[in-house]
Amino acid sequence: MTKDQALIFELSREGRTGHSLPDMDVEAPAVEDLLPGKFKRKEPAELPQVSELQLVRHYTALSRRNHGVDSGFYPLGSCTMKYNPKVNEDAARLPGFAHLHPYQPEEQIQGALELMYSLQQSLEAVTGMDQVTLQPAAGAHGEWTGLMLIRAYHEANGDHGRTKVIVPDSAHGTNPASAVVAGFEAVTVRSTEEGLVDLEHLRELAGSDTAALMLTNPNTLGLFERQIVEMADIIHEAGGKLYYDGANSNAILGMTRPGDMGFDVVHLNLHKTFTTPHGGGGPGSGPVGVKQDLVPYLPAPVIRKAQHGYTFHYDIPETIGRVKPFYGNFGINVRAYTYIRTMGPEGLRQVSRQAVLNANYMLRRLEPHFDTPYTQHCKHEFVLSGKRQKKLGVRTLDIAKRLLDFGYHPPTIYFPVNVEECLMIEPTETESKETLDEFCDAMIQIAQEAESNPEIVQDAPHTTVVGRMDETTAARKPVLRWEKRETVST
Amino acid sequence: MSLPADYKYSKEHEWVKDEGGNVRIGITEFAQSELGDIVFVELPEVGDEITADEPFGSVESVKTVSELYAPLSGKVVEINEELEDAPELVNESPFEKAWMIIVEPKDKSDMDSLMDADAYKQMTDQE
Repeated sequence: MTKDQALIFELSREGRTGHSLPDMDVEAPAVEDLLPGKFKRKEPAELPQVSELQLVRHYTALSRRNHGVDSGFYPLGSCTMKYNPKVNEDAARLPGFAHLHPYQPEEQIQGALELMYSLQQSLEAVTGMDQVTLQPAAGAHGEWTGLMLIRAYHEANGDHGRTKVIVPDSAHGTNPASAVVAGFEAVTVRSTEEGLVDLEHLRELAGSDTAALMLTNPNTLGLFERQIVEMADIIHEAGGKLYYDGANSNAILGMTRPGDMGFDVVHLNLHKTFTTPHGGGGPGSGPVGVKQDLVPYLPAPVIRKAQHGYTFHYDIPETIGRVKPFYGNFGINVRAYTYIRTMGPEGLRQVSRQAVLNANYMLRRLEPHFDTPYTQHCKHEFVLSGKRQKKLGVRTLDIAKRLLDFGYHPPTIYFPVNVEECLMIEPTETESKETLDEFCDAMIQIAQEAESNPEIVQDAPHTTVVGRMDETTAARKPVLRWEKRETVST
Repeated sequence: MSLPADYKYSKEHEWVKDEGGNVRIGITEFAQSELGDIVFVELPEVGDEITADEPFGSVESVKTVSELYAPLSGKVVEINEELEDAPELVNESPFEKAWMIIVEPKDKSDMDSLMDADAYKQMTDQE
């Protein structure tokens, strides 16, 4: 096992090589003749000297330590780690899409433009927005783009005093961060005991300095903000705009639309809701949709459908400008389009039904064994509190580590921050009842261990390649690169 | 947990020590134990104005990042630069070595709205 963990540099032996090339049959020119002398290395690069088999084994071993949706359950709350259908990959690899060059003239890329235009229309239908741009490359990029649109709107109205963006205390951390990056001040609106936005507090905060309210609905506790229409009225009457963080869209597809709730701007995470790869590999895609009064500010170019075909339209006088080279992460958008077309409207509706059913099923199974700060029906995700286990000396972090022994990626922990010892679980619609049951069985076993044998949880994980990492030292005194120590004789 | 009896305490788990004119501010033993191992402390600069109940900095632990809320309004006259290289002091000595800022209060009577040690203990016992 120890040998397995060696770095590729530590496997290196002087003179060992992974290749043997035939002698050159032409005269080799001197490096100095090809490059100015100052670019020539003074000493050979310290590359690992290993055989091909060593190299293959090393990286194969590393790759097998990955955990992804293809290898196991991944209930990471608010991240929608759902299965990515392989047909998406087929479509993205079609030579007509895969081999496009971004500088090809428009008449040669009509298919790609039509796909993007059609994807925008689908997303407009799903969100109830008037126009969508596919440019933003990820969720937080979409948030920033949306806020810049709101900013441009207020400024165009001569409304320069709108400096504040209101975010709930249960919001994703990116919301206040995006607000600050977009030049606003983030102010926090409290949640009620029920886990919903406190309307009284919202009324106090809304005013002539309000630029926008940023909200996820359902929120990060997995609860639907039932008073959303009233909240929209409060913000609109104050002259502000409503921003919908689409992170939790998996709960509402085909059921309700942000546009109908009163939102003015929406971003969607295609890598969450629409089954494009999420995390690690990515890349993401965070399309932004807006209502009519924000359309004039959308990032240029926008795709238009004309008599003779599809075109990129650049002449948008009030645009906030381009937010991404070319036009978003095209390959990802092909995957999302494929998903939408394979599912259809009824299929997407079924996604949300199943996602919500799965979450409620797990909540009810786990309810007797963990504290549940919010007991009402949830949407696509729910929170548990490890308070009961904490009194026994077992923290939520320990529970998460213990889950690794069962082969699961742990849920999101210690978020949202307004729930003590929080565990946030999102099963998604793509898991079978058997998987949900097996995970619940593991959680229940851990809750019982916390009572009968807390050490086994406190010292977990026991079956992984490495146990508890020293996260504190790693953060305080990080070692960021390998350095050659004294050569060990072999 | 022993709380310095001559300190005042805020709901957001900051302590305030009256040093005659200026006040010294840090976070409590309870706060550091809830946060876990602190890995980074972000403080304002000398000369910055802080406003009661508004964030004046943040502490990052292995677990989370939390804002530091000003227990009163005033001007920062000194910061504890040692915390930049030794954030672990917050865990080891929250009430002494890990003081965070010294503030010249705008209105000393802000202190009256803070809790004494007994009231703060009562609050944390309930959590």
